[in-house]
Amino acid sequence: MSRSTGKGADRVFSAVMLACALSIFGIVLFILYILILRSKLSISQFGFKFFTRSAWDPVSGDFGAFPFIYGTLATSFLALLMAVPLALGVAVFLTELCPEKLRAPISFVTELLAAIPSVVYGLWAVFVLVPIMRDQLGPFLAKYFGWTGLFGGFNFGVGLLTASIILAIMILPIISSITRDIMLAVPISQREGVLALGATRWEMIRMGVLRNARIGIVGAIILGLGRALGETMAVTMVIGNHPEIPKSLFAPGYTLASVIANEFSEATGDLYLSSLIEIGLALFLVTIVVNAVARALVWAVTRGAPARAH
Amino acid sequence: MGANSLHTPPPPQESAISRAPIERQSRRVRLNRARRYLWNHVVTGLAILSTIVVIAPLVAILVYLIYKGTSSLNLAFFTKIPAPVGEPGGGMSNAIVGSSIVLALASVLGIPVGIAAGVYLGEFGRGKLLAGAVRFTADVLNGVPSIVMGIAAYALIVVEQKHFSAFSGGVALAIMMVPTITRTTEEMLATVPHAIREAAYGLGVPKWRTVLSVTLKTASPGIITGCMLAFARVAGETAPLLFTAFGNQFWSFKLNEPIAALPLQIYIYALSPYDEWHRLAWGGSLVLIVLIMASVTLVRIYANRGVLKGAS
Repeated sequence: MSRSTGKGADRVFSAVMLACALSIFGIVLFILYILILRSKLSISQFGFKFFTRSAWDPVSGDFGAFPFIYGTLATSFLALLMAVPLALGVAVFLTELCPEKLRAPISFVTELLAAIPSVVYGLWAVFVLVPIMRDQLGPFLAKYFGWTGLFGGFNFGVGLLTASIILAIMILPIISSITRDIMLAVPISQREGVLALGATRWEMIRMGVLRNARIGIVGAIILGLGRALGETMAVTMVIGNHPEIPKSLFAPGYTLASVIANEFSEATGDLYLSSLIEIGLALFLVTIVVNAVARALVWAVTRGAPARAH
Repeated sequence: MGANSLHTPPPPQESAISRAPIERQSRRVRLNRARRYLWNHVVTGLAILSTIVVIAPLVAILVYLIYKGTSSLNLAFFTKIPAPVGEPGGGMSNAIVGSSIVLALASVLGIPVGIAAGVYLGEFGRGKLLAGAVRFTADVLNGVPSIVMGIAAYALIVVEQKHFSAFSGGVALAIMMVPTITRTTEEMLATVPHAIREAAYGLGVPKWRTVLSVTLKTASPGIITGCMLAFARVAGETAPLLFTAFGNQFWSFKLNEPIAALPLQIYIYALSPYDEWHRLAWGGSLVLIVLIMASVTLVRIYANRGVLKGAS
């Protein structure tokens, strides 16, 4: 092969590779463009008030996204509240306490959790979690914690709390596996140094590991939040799908993602459709910001660590 | 925990200078130590407890799924299409085939772009600002909810075509595959020793040949793993298909018509009021999970052997 054709082919090849890399930018920009284009109608009709109004009346063409924003934030927050301590516990156990023999199987099992499709979690939640909520856990909470005012109203089994529980189960693996990677990136010498000063194991974990890894752990939690905000199918199946601001944790609600999943294919009228697409646009922008922040934090911690292919 | 005793601080030393303050202090030291050890055990216990609490739902889900799923699988499940409402029997054969078609399309569209973008990051863009930006965007795109991809594919293809289609579903899933494949390809290329590339250059092989037949080939087991993981991830996706592939109760092999997909069918059946359909939903879930797990495990075994071969 002559040198000149080699050069030309090289140039073509690297240009093609570059084009494919740039296509990733292209995808993001294009999604943004098309979502704005298709939601123009509702943006011009309602303006920013779209996100603070609670009307959702397809019949008279009056739309506001506040109940969905509220539902998304409430379920995500509750899910994080349940998942974060557990995920930290699992990560601490796996990196610092676990016997060598158990480490691989437990990691594998938590990764299996991540491989189960959302719709299967939803199916399980509909047939197992909802009856438990309705008949056992719900009455128990109402009886002993009813005074908090969080567990009032009629308990159907579907609602905010059920959705939050299934969401917590779903985001646990991602938070715990990233936290584990970050804790493994803390140098051994940090642990040895703290132990050499006479610390107990917990003090070693707290001062030597968690303190060094805290930025990355916050990143992992925010990544989990990103997942929770956009999780669609399982939540749609158990949240009750009712466009009102729920007054109790038992009350049915609605999230940004589940209103799209539920109403998009039967939306009649341009304004209805464009309102749903605007909700999608909001979801897109919020998850992009959340993920960008989280990635930056995780990178800041693991940059020096050797690359791992999950 | 036996290892605990290793970390016991040495007993307080007898001091010759003054006895009384040390005596008083040692009591405080002892109390303090008891408190610290108590905390140590409490936290150890909590960590073990939380691991058990996390493992329990998974075991519960898997056991229940296998129990419900196996009891509802039969030959008809794999050979028949859904029966009309109220009639017993029927199966999901069209959904299994439909899922295969949509996933094949997504792979054909997504895998080459993903690998090429990874090659750019790993071979051409090392240390460049642009590569960093692409890498960051890929990670961010990875976290965008799947339902947003569904809306994008809807707005791009379904609105133009004015009907739902298998093609639009494939595009939505392909977009989701790209960032995962790009990042794993890049990571795998980084593990290829530089000497191998230099050997190829030394023989006068142009860069594009080196990348295609030396670097990519060496990293191929890992790259295949990445592709399979991306495949497994989108195989269970329902949200992007809701208003693209849309679902179909009958056989369909055409790319520009609505097509059935296993996750979609599970969703529809799970929320239906019929016991017969619930049964099919459990069967479908088991089939879906077995397919995903099998592909991931197979690839894991293959890649574990392959990576070692590639690195040596």
